[in-house]
Amino acid sequence: MNLLFDERLDGELPRRDKAEVLAELQTALPGMTLLHREEDLRPFECDGLAAYRVLPMLVALPSDLDQVVTLMRRCHELGVPVVTRGAGTGLSGGALPLERGVLLVMSRFQRILSIDPEARIARVQPGVRNLAISEAAAPHGLYYAPDPSSQIACSIGGNVAENAGGVHCLKYGLTVHNVLALEIVTLEGERMRLGGEALDAPGFDLLALFNGSEGMLGVVTEVTVKLLPKPETAKVLMASFDDVGKAGQAVGDIIAAGIVPGGLEMMDNLAIRAAEDFIHAGYPVEAEAILLCELDGVEADVDDDVDTVRGVLESAGATDIRLARDEAERARFWSGRKNAFPAVGRISPDYYCMDGTIPRRALPEVLGTIAALSTEYDLRVANVFHAGDGNMHPLILFDANREGELERAEALGGRILEACVAAGGSITGEHGVGREKINQMCVQFPTGELTTFHAVKAAFDPVGLLNPGKNIPTLARCAEFGAMHVHHGELPHPELPRF
Amino acid sequence: MASQHHSLPDRDISEALGERIRRADAEGTPLRIVGGDTKAFHGRPVAGEPLSTREHCGITRYDPVELIVSVRAGTPLAELEACLDEQGQRLPFEPPHFGDTATVGGMVATGLSGPRRPWAGSVRDFVLGIRLIDRHGASLRFGGEVMKNVAGYDLSRLMVGAQGSLGLLAEVSLKVLPKPAAQHSLRLEMPLAEARRRLVEWGQKPLPITAATWFDGALHIRLEGGPGSVEATGQRLGGDTLDDAFWSALREQRLDVFTRQGDPRPLWRLSLPQQAGAPELEDVDETAMLHDWAGAQRWLHSAAPDEAVHDEAVRLGGHATRWTTSTGSPFTPLSPVLAKYHRRLKAELDPNGIFNPGRLYAEL
Repeated sequence: MNLLFDERLDGELPRRDKAEVLAELQTALPGMTLLHREEDLRPFECDGLAAYRVLPMLVALPSDLDQVVTLMRRCHELGVPVVTRGAGTGLSGGALPLERGVLLVMSRFQRILSIDPEARIARVQPGVRNLAISEAAAPHGLYYAPDPSSQIACSIGGNVAENAGGVHCLKYGLTVHNVLALEIVTLEGERMRLGGEALDAPGFDLLALFNGSEGMLGVVTEVTVKLLPKPETAKVLMASFDDVGKAGQAVGDIIAAGIVPGGLEMMDNLAIRAAEDFIHAGYPVEAEAILLCELDGVEADVDDDVDTVRGVLESAGATDIRLARDEAERARFWSGRKNAFPAVGRISPDYYCMDGTIPRRALPEVLGTIAALSTEYDLRVANVFHAGDGNMHPLILFDANREGELERAEALGGRILEACVAAGGSITGEHGVGREKINQMCVQFPTGELTTFHAVKAAFDPVGLLNPGKNIPTLARCAEFGAMHVHHGELPHPELPRF
Repeated sequence: MASQHHSLPDRDISEALGERIRRADAEGTPLRIVGGDTKAFHGRPVAGEPLSTREHCGITRYDPVELIVSVRAGTPLAELEACLDEQGQRLPFEPPHFGDTATVGGMVATGLSGPRRPWAGSVRDFVLGIRLIDRHGASLRFGGEVMKNVAGYDLSRLMVGAQGSLGLLAEVSLKVLPKPAAQHSLRLEMPLAEARRRLVEWGQKPLPITAATWFDGALHIRLEGGPGSVEATGQRLGGDTLDDAFWSALREQRLDVFTRQGDPRPLWRLSLPQQAGAPELEDVDETAMLHDWAGAQRWLHSAAPDEAVHDEAVRLGGHATRWTTSTGSPFTPLSPVLAKYHRRLKAELDPNGIFNPGRLYAEL
């Protein structure tokens, strides 16, 4: 099943004449950059899910709030779909354009509006890069906690849309836990403030609802985040294992010892070798798996925790345990992990990154399933995990130039996600559904849940103009997907008509 | 594992609850959802047939290594906490009970958190998944028993604080955390202005503070963490040792400053930016207030008209909740645009208005 928008399954899209829409918007917004020539649109044809490309009808690059308000109002009146894009680093195709829609690019909203070290709050525009917030807060000894691997490039508006995570989520939470307030422009062009600088707000928790809503409910135009004091110290232990299952077991043992690590990451042999070859982080290339365990906080506590974790790792059968001697070595240990994706990119022409989550106890079992699927589909899989919170990133290695390999990689990826759901997990931990996992949503959610999601969408966008086709599949799509994909001998959504 | 460690009743009445809801929806009969009935004051009175969640109880899964517990709405909060305590774990947001019968469902529906909230996070921060019975009586599952899950909209957290007005919360999965190795509480006599200065200074440092409350001329501080950091910080901050029981008395509002015998004026909660200035209300003296959450949650008695207190809280960048029951909504009115989307959401999920109608606001 092709992932590009399919009106038969995803619903009808309004047909508007490009020249007319262009003229209308140029008249309404004479000062706003509006791209319409093919060569200008080309750079926006995809986001981080580069296997799928669509030229948008138009690209709008507003530079102030009034322009966003007017643009939304006009698009709403004209009945033109709007897809919002931040830095375009998303891995699930959440900002994949529509050929009959406007792509609203928020990259010009780049100002850090205020850093208040006393209140430990930063107010920023949505196009500000994730890392830039921590850099701006650093002189005050503060930082912004969520740190997705793409943090040098990804923008905070996109982080909110995807509820982005990172390697420190178990202790410090996801984006939703670190955002205090959002300024939203609705489809109808209203300005709406969610949350605030107080710790709660009256009414429904729309702030939580908008985090991770993938641009389906409104446009984020300003973000207020909380800043944390930098931990006094952070130490990293690297443990080698001769067996992936033992490493998985050690993860649970660390938690069972009452330790909540700042970061707890795992890589398998293929990922270790790729990362070592690229970064020279000092990884043991013979190990079947490594665990990186970061302990942060006040010096005395961290030293105690290091001793505890060392004991746990020894009991769990680690073949080698190393404590990063200094800040430079700690950074090097992390650099290997944070560059695991591009490192794998060097050993394979293409790779496909999955994002399933599972209960930690299921780790050995799901790893076994992935290994078996890798053999079945004859494609290598490198495994990188946020092991502390059960978020797996299997990287499927393939060559798109070889006939059928992309399709095989996608089919293998789908099977991995289904294994995650079967183990009691989710098809996405932090990358979002976007367009990429739209079919797997039918595996995770029955009709009642999907209908409720559509009802929530309808409250904010009854006409379906905000990012149509993303995040939540139509029931028609699930019926079709189910027909092609009989699972355990049972059709999902058997109550729906088949097309 | 763990389910063997305790002998809580284990009853699943979701089908009966669903049937009752389906019928109410068909007939347009409003329902008043009741758990332990300890937090009825926290919202407008609901005219409806009572629907009790008490019989829907028990811990459905608790695996301490996963740091996740799943529990039915009618389970007594005290029993859940006792069960976690056996494993050396806890609910980090320190929810108030306000009575022995408090349930987990009521805790999530009201979304109230205790003194640790600014440092640990709130109820909603620890909700990972829910089972919700919708108006058709169907049991729907959102989120799940995993730490990270961004599939679909975050209906789980949307339900926290929604007070049952969008559906019946039947079960919830919560993240739990190990209890810290050490705890120590201090009482430091100082005027309010100095306490505020200190809290700003300490807030920018990685100190193991997990509660900070000023009232009655003293700053009350709780430290939690490893023995090394707690001891070192305790020595550094000085002051007198404070009995840890203080924090449960604060959380349960048993301190005199809440009960204030003989003061006929209503009690108010102000949720403000930590740095916000003093509320300008005629009968309110800032030093007579209790400043919890390092200043982000303030409690006061005032006879000012409700509207005046709400306006003042909004002027200071936050909102107010009237804690003493009245006939109106205790909550600060929503802006027109927010009210519009609240109404639309309510209309989408509960078009016949059967789930706790009017509980949050008259029109919801």
